[in-house]
Amino acid sequence: MKKEKTLNLLKIGEQATVVSLSGEGALRRRIIDMGITPGAVVIMRKAAPFGDPLEINVRGYELSMRKADAEKITVECR
Amino acid sequence: MANSTTTITSGQKDIHKSTEKKTIKIALGGNPNCGKTTLFNQLTGSNQYVGNWPGVTVEKKEGKARFQGREIIVSDLPGIYSLSPYTPEEIVTRHTLLHDNPDIIIDIVDATNLERNLYLTTQIQEIQRPVIIALNMIDLLEKRGDTIDCKVLEKRFGVPVVPISASKNTGIDTLMAKAIAIAEGGQQQPVQRLYSKKVERVIADIQEALFEVDGKEHLRFTAVKLFEGDSVTWENYKFNKQQQDHIEFHINEIETTQYIDREMIIADERYKFICATCERAVTKGHPQGYETMSDKADKVITNKYLALPLFLLMMFGVFFITFGPVGSYLKDGAEWLILDVLTPQVSSLLVSINASDWAFSLIIDGIIAGVGAVVSFLPQISILFLLLSILEDSGYMARAAFIMDKLLRMIGLSGRAFVPMLMGFGCTVPAVLGTRTLENEKDKRLTILITPFMSCSAKMPVYLLFISVFFNESSPLVIFSIYLLGILVAILTALIFSRTILKGKDAPFVLELPPYRMPSPKTLWLHVWERVKDFLVRAGTILMGAAVLIWFLQSFNFRLEQVSDSSQSILATIGIAIAPIFSLCGFGDWQSSVSLLTGIVAKESVVSTMTVLFGGDTSMISQVFTPLSAYSFMTFVLLYTPCVAALSAIGKEMGSRKWTAIAIVYQLAVAWVVSMLVFQIGSLFVG
Repeated sequence: MKKEKTLNLLKIGEQATVVSLSGEGALRRRIIDMGITPGAVVIMRKAAPFGDPLEINVRGYELSMRKADAEKITVECR
Repeated sequence: MANSTTTITSGQKDIHKSTEKKTIKIALGGNPNCGKTTLFNQLTGSNQYVGNWPGVTVEKKEGKARFQGREIIVSDLPGIYSLSPYTPEEIVTRHTLLHDNPDIIIDIVDATNLERNLYLTTQIQEIQRPVIIALNMIDLLEKRGDTIDCKVLEKRFGVPVVPISASKNTGIDTLMAKAIAIAEGGQQQPVQRLYSKKVERVIADIQEALFEVDGKEHLRFTAVKLFEGDSVTWENYKFNKQQQDHIEFHINEIETTQYIDREMIIADERYKFICATCERAVTKGHPQGYETMSDKADKVITNKYLALPLFLLMMFGVFFITFGPVGSYLKDGAEWLILDVLTPQVSSLLVSINASDWAFSLIIDGIIAGVGAVVSFLPQISILFLLLSILEDSGYMARAAFIMDKLLRMIGLSGRAFVPMLMGFGCTVPAVLGTRTLENEKDKRLTILITPFMSCSAKMPVYLLFISVFFNESSPLVIFSIYLLGILVAILTALIFSRTILKGKDAPFVLELPPYRMPSPKTLWLHVWERVKDFLVRAGTILMGAAVLIWFLQSFNFRLEQVSDSSQSILATIGIAIAPIFSLCGFGDWQSSVSLLTGIVAKESVVSTMTVLFGGDTSMISQVFTPLSAYSFMTFVLLYTPCVAALSAIGKEMGSRKWTAIAIVYQLAVAWVVSMLVFQIGSLFVG
């Protein structure tokens, strides 16, 4: 069964595929440039000690972003 | 002589030709953490020049190298992920690649992070200048058991690919030989049509329209940017209505059929092209879920429970080494060299050549004492920069930002600001210079603005002087309250400024956490040397000027006669003139004002000046000050404008006169207001 949710809701260790990305301007562009495009596979690694930001793995490297920004990314779990 | 081997035997014509061989301009481009700086250092050694790009505080690095008798100028472009027009680094790189016409671009690609690195490659090759790919960290890739077929990359991107290891210094000769051959061939980069047919058709249409309005330069690059809706590029082009409608119609068509917007279409197709390339080129030798040493280390270092204690331990370590026994031992050593070795040597020399009194005083009391006080910080600054460079190059700094981001965001800063702020307790100079690691201008300015409120170690002697006279019993509490007050003012300042003048979007915190790596000693050394050199240059120019000025004001009266008693000097006259300003703060005597003025050279000078002005007897202070006015004075010293060395660092990093002025005025105003409040409110209770 395929289930869509936002990236920030992935459990630690969970893997998903990027579906779409809302938002605009520099921040959205930055996220796209870092390799978060439709079809990219992301794995939730961990949250920082204070609960934010998050660390995710995408395209074979580790990327950190804030929860509020991860909320703009829709993913599909397998 | 250049190229002697080829020219000696081959006659006059060739000799003539060899003198025509021009210097080759090489631009190094690549992602952050791809090993670009390591390669740059390998190529140029210490033969490099670091400056700023005009108008921005992005570092501009250029160096000279010789290869096979060829003169080469290498410029190290800022590390970027994309040629978007948003960050200053991206703008600078884009401008250089498009308009400085490098003879060849070396695109450094981290082999262990191929997909994202090649994303920049797809953009660089659209510029259609000669490009060569340096596939770096090939040694680390092999260690993992992976292989990359360079032939596939060459074919797909249409550019030569040379595997290298910048840190192990392998493959670099081959890379340079090929790069130079291409640069001299001067052929245009062939167009690689990596997008889908539909997109390529629209790009071709845009190129055609561009050709009519703008000529031939960078057609493809510009066309792709226009397709994406790149606002900066659109500003530069005016198409007629018909062209505009035509382009818009076709882009819209693709957008609606694919359900994604134009910006994403381009990025998506680039990544698709890259994925297809990697599928063919990369053979993975490691099993699924394989963990590198770095992955294992990170499980501990950013562990939910261990991260914070480890971070604090690390910061304490840096602080302890720099300002604890090691650093202060070296600082004492430097002071000893200046005061007990250099000063007597120079003074006996001056006596032996019968130097006049004023010349003697200028050199000994002015230059050596003034510049010496600042130069004695050099060992600590070097240690701090060495440690910070190790943290940065090893990949830890990104984790520190990751750990601290949430706390700092509450006051409008990003995680990266923490380390420089902490360093401010040691010395404001390296702390302010350390803000260079902040990406966002707003963050950087705010951090520079509040760092001086972290009570620097040079202010300690001032506190100690007053505590010994007034607060002996409660000294730890008094000192603690002063430090705390500084932090409170810093937090309030950050809150106020981040909601008013420095309001703006929060810096995007989309940060790569690079793999942990062993920093290269050569790179570390060059980092530290760069700072030391910079510091010495400033010490020899601005700081020396300031020291001489203060010396002059302190040693002469308005009739330009040398005075033996500094209470007759210009400085004292100024002190008397400004003293009333501080009467509301409780220290309206001229000695305090003069001490504060000299404190601008170096904070310790407050103590030495006061000692001199009170005739060498510090217990006299109790006749001028009360405990309350002493505390108010300490408050003022804590908060007012930092020393000249720090001011020049602030000027340099702010990159703007306006902001430097704002910082100075703000700090003076805050110091006055807070110490006035301390004295006035305190008076209500003390009576």
